[in-house]
Amino acid sequence: MAIVIKDLNYIYGAGTVFEKQGLKDINLTIEDGEFIGIIGRTGSGKSTLIQHLNGLNVPASGTILYNGEDIYKKGYSKKKLRSKVGLVFQYPEYQLFETTVLSDVRFGPKNIGMSAEEADRSAKEALSMVGIHEDMYNASPFELSGGEKRRAAIAGVLAMKPEVLVLDEPTAGLDPKGKNEILELIDKLHKNDGVTIVLVSHSMEDVAKYAERIAVINDGEIFACGTPREIFSRYKELEKIGLSAPQTVYLLNELKSIGYDVDTGIITPDEAVKEILMHTAQTAYTEGI
Amino acid sequence: MLRDITIGQYYPTGSVIHKLDPRVKLAGTFLFIISIFTFKNYPGYIVSLIYLGMVIFISKVPLKHILKGIKPIIFLMVFTAVIHLFFTSGDDILFEFYAVKITYAGLKKAVFIIVRLLFLITGSAIMTYTTTPNQLTEGIEKAFGPLNKAHIPVHEFALMMSIALRFIPILMEEADKIIKAQSSRGADFEEGNIIKRISGIVSILIPLLVSAMERAKDLALAMDARCYHGGEGRTKMKPLRYTAKDYISYGIILVYMVTSVAAGRFI
Repeated sequence: MAIVIKDLNYIYGAGTVFEKQGLKDINLTIEDGEFIGIIGRTGSGKSTLIQHLNGLNVPASGTILYNGEDIYKKGYSKKKLRSKVGLVFQYPEYQLFETTVLSDVRFGPKNIGMSAEEADRSAKEALSMVGIHEDMYNASPFELSGGEKRRAAIAGVLAMKPEVLVLDEPTAGLDPKGKNEILELIDKLHKNDGVTIVLVSHSMEDVAKYAERIAVINDGEIFACGTPREIFSRYKELEKIGLSAPQTVYLLNELKSIGYDVDTGIITPDEAVKEILMHTAQTAYTEGI
Repeated sequence: MLRDITIGQYYPTGSVIHKLDPRVKLAGTFLFIISIFTFKNYPGYIVSLIYLGMVIFISKVPLKHILKGIKPIIFLMVFTAVIHLFFTSGDDILFEFYAVKITYAGLKKAVFIIVRLLFLITGSAIMTYTTTPNQLTEGIEKAFGPLNKAHIPVHEFALMMSIALRFIPILMEEADKIIKAQSSRGADFEEGNIIKRISGIVSILIPLLVSAMERAKDLALAMDARCYHGGEGRTKMKPLRYTAKDYISYGIILVYMVTSVAAGRFI
């Protein structure tokens, strides 16, 4: 059991006229080594929720257990927690500040107490993982392109070697190529290194493709939680709360409604293509064409 | 953490004071501050207190909120009062112990200074609690409009002020985000040795500065794209106009000035 969120409530601007309930009775367990997607429309509380995972936000009530320990207990080291639960913010490129790319990536590992050599090694590893070439190690982070900045910033968190990686819309504002590179990198970390991934996203296609489980958040509450198949089969409900399902779900449902007996639970394009091809082949065979 | 600073933050309640013309509130605050510095004796402060209490009551801003805003400056008030208490010379000695001497004049001065600072701060805070920064700059621009004739760029100053005010919450939010992001990377702001703490602060300041520059550049471009060319010939969608309640308020301010100064100087 990696992270257990228990009856979590969060209130913005407590004690002022601007007081507003941000999160309401959130209960969610994130298992070790799983890839969980969190979806919800803008302002639903996704970012607020994940900022609790490494203790940045303090809840009004309720708590979070990490490996069985209460992270809000007095004396629990937030620093140690943050070295275990890496959090990549939205538009992380805005936190770059050092004079060179390498020293910026080294910032995190050094803070959590790695020795200079260790931090160096870890930083170089992380940079090669995100595909930043050695030539750029000594460049100023402000000289990089948008996509490179994003990757360097992600490397800054990866270099801390977290067990759980939480990403808040890591692909926002990137072109399709940059987007795929980052998602593939996250998938690789999950599959090869067994890192637990929490991915917050607006893109239904992305979570459908990569996540093993999806939590839907609406107005600060968990609306639904389950496998992508389960979640997207309820696409009509999702539409009501301002979300949608991947295009393939709509296509297959449309096909079914005009009389083709296809599996509407399929959510990724690759599988959908297979299903449709198989179906046409079958029809061709039975009709003797 | 940064959101805890409440002094001067607009507090919407929709009261009559909120709806007054910002020029009235500016003039009222300015005259109020002048009045409390003319007083030589207690009765003036009592008149001030009555008026201040009335304004607070009408504005519907909770007293608790106002008191919370004063908290950060209590130290300053006490500090100044203590200095006045011990270092004012006079003939009426109340208490003497070797070099320490407390005089009646010193005590009086210390009390006055606390009351003055308290009134000064609550008085101006009431203005900012009930007036949005935009209204305030508009009021300033209009009130100082005649200075344009002396070739003082009033509009430009007002614009600079409103841009600066507008960006405070944005930059605060940005700082909050950067602090959180760097804390996630294990940055230290409170514990650890001095070098680590400084590097923690640098990791916030540089991104904040970079983003402020970017925003300034974008804003300049956006203004240019909308053909902004300064204040000349510029009209307003909702020009400030006095209504009956504004004239009544001016009347009340006048009555206050006469009564308080009379009470403070001649009783």
